[in-house]
Amino acid sequence: MRSTSNALEVDQLSRVFDVSAPWLNRMIDRKPKRYLRAVQDVTFVVETGKCLALVGESGCGKSTVARLVTGLYAPSEGAILFAPAVKGRGRGKPMEAQMIFQDPHASLNPRWRVGDIIAEPIREFGLRNGTEAIDTRVAELLRIVGLSPDDARRYPHEFSGGQRQRISIARALASEPEFLVCDEPTSALDVSVQAQILNLMRSLQDELGLTYLFISHNLAVVRHMADRIAVMYLGRIVEEADTEALFANPHHPYTQLLLQTIPDVAAPNRDRELMGGEPPSPLDPPTGCAFHPRCPMATDLCSKTAPEVRARKGGGVVACHLAPAV
Amino acid sequence: MSIPSHSPASDVLALDVRGLSVEFPTCRGVLTALSDVSLTIKRGEILGIVGESGAGKSMTGMAVLGLLEPPGRIAAGEIRIGGKRTDNLSEAEMASICGSMVGAIFQDPLTSLNPLFSVGQQLVETVRLHSSRSRAEARDHAVALLKQVGIPGADERIDHYPHQFSGGMRQRVVIALALAGNPQLIIADEPTTALDVSIQAQITALLRRLCREHGTGVMLVTHDMGVIAETADRVAVMYAGRVIEIGPVEEVLSRPKHPYTRGLMGSIPALGARVERLAQIDGAMPRLNAIPTGCAFNPRCFDAGTRCREVRPVMVAEGHGSVACLVHDGGVL
Repeated sequence: MRSTSNALEVDQLSRVFDVSAPWLNRMIDRKPKRYLRAVQDVTFVVETGKCLALVGESGCGKSTVARLVTGLYAPSEGAILFAPAVKGRGRGKPMEAQMIFQDPHASLNPRWRVGDIIAEPIREFGLRNGTEAIDTRVAELLRIVGLSPDDARRYPHEFSGGQRQRISIARALASEPEFLVCDEPTSALDVSVQAQILNLMRSLQDELGLTYLFISHNLAVVRHMADRIAVMYLGRIVEEADTEALFANPHHPYTQLLLQTIPDVAAPNRDRELMGGEPPSPLDPPTGCAFHPRCPMATDLCSKTAPEVRARKGGGVVACHLAPAV
Repeated sequence: MSIPSHSPASDVLALDVRGLSVEFPTCRGVLTALSDVSLTIKRGEILGIVGESGAGKSMTGMAVLGLLEPPGRIAAGEIRIGGKRTDNLSEAEMASICGSMVGAIFQDPLTSLNPLFSVGQQLVETVRLHSSRSRAEARDHAVALLKQVGIPGADERIDHYPHQFSGGMRQRVVIALALAGNPQLIIADEPTTALDVSIQAQITALLRRLCREHGTGVMLVTHDMGVIAETADRVAVMYAGRVIEIGPVEEVLSRPKHPYTRGLMGSIPALGARVERLAQIDGAMPRLNAIPTGCAFNPRCFDAGTRCREVRPVMVAEGHGSVACLVHDGGVL
């Protein structure tokens, strides 16, 4: 299935966490080992230069996918394939993907100057030789993300949340990746700062030809950023389609309910149909379709058999027994 | 079990704040966290307070609750809850009216509940503190409250501990606790921020229904304009410790008058249509020790003129609300 136009192909990816109690407690209570299936059979591709967004509520496995893709977790099953690097790089293992984390207060080392934080990947991969060349590159990166080259001498605590997120982006860009994984990059920021960061990420994508895997729970942000959207529920992708197609015509009942519940500033709906219930625990998932206890259209079939992922009317895929056939 | 409803004169405001200023004396001078904040909340009305981090929206709620962290103090102004002046009360006097006059809902429901006591124990204690009910009556009332906030199986769940509830259910318990003393005013500080979108809609709908049924005024502090648009009746926009625009929610959100409100609305990605670039307000909110003279927003404002750097705008009536901007008060030049 490898295609040259795809920056990333993820095939049947699963990740299981062992959440058993310690050995001694298990022996005393005679309890079996417990496993949490955080991500199950997730398959998607990201085209070069495009942005794929993963959306879903807390605990649906979207951040686990981000960490699997960047190699922070090893997959339990499945494959993650990046397009072969086009550009020649320095010594060391080339980084295929870099990550921008949610909390810019926790993801920058408070003891390091900003210049050192950004220079570390450059030194580590030998992308520039000599102090002067590295300093020039750091200054250039700071300018790209809208900061001043003088900021290299300052420490992270001297910056606001939005500026710190700019530093995170500069650090991610320092190793010259073609693929960026952004895990809720703006959810810790105020709306006006969020707009600054989203605009910056869009213009960087155009200028540097970056490919994004964008993780968010905010559908309005996702609609603004993504070319394609995958909706996750309890570790599985339940619907994936082009952004406009998904918003115009959501087929999975979860996507429909999700779109109905987001408060919209432009068209507030005070009498909306409320989604009943809460997401189930991934430790104890429901039988059949994971969404059936909350689904207004669920049938007997839904509570017994998990739906297969199949082609979706209007492009993309959907995992629902009741979705219209192609 | 019915909840007694308030029926006082309708002209008594749930909250009336006039000219409130809060100061923090520090070793490097006095920081003014809130400056000349005036707002009112009618009974059964939800007033949204929006602004970015550091705008003073939570500080306003804390000042009303009498929970300012020392050395913070109210330097000027008056706070009246249900007609009773509360800003000059001692800590003990304030504690005695908290719950029966004003309730609070905070962002993180896990930290607002005591993990060592069951939900029932906490509710019964609160109910008994504010009424002369017997233990059994208070327990019945507690079950009724839990039913009102939509907790399924309230009869059994009343004996559960906070950790046995999910995030959304915990926030419902906190709302039940806030209502237990039948207060005239509830301060809800980011009540849905820690919750998922589908749960968030349930909680805001619940809040709206309950405040209407009980005739409780709600101060809804949030940074989420979507929540405001769907929940509040009126909205106050804050910037650098000042209220800069206040008015009916449709008017402020769809026809904002202050340049800051306009920028804020433009920077929110819309669900309806996709734009190439979001409108952005450059720069950041000033720190409290470096608030510019004149209008606090003038360095970031596209419309700013010479007068904006010299004259501090005051709130002037405009449409159904009021706005603090020189564009609407004598021009910027």
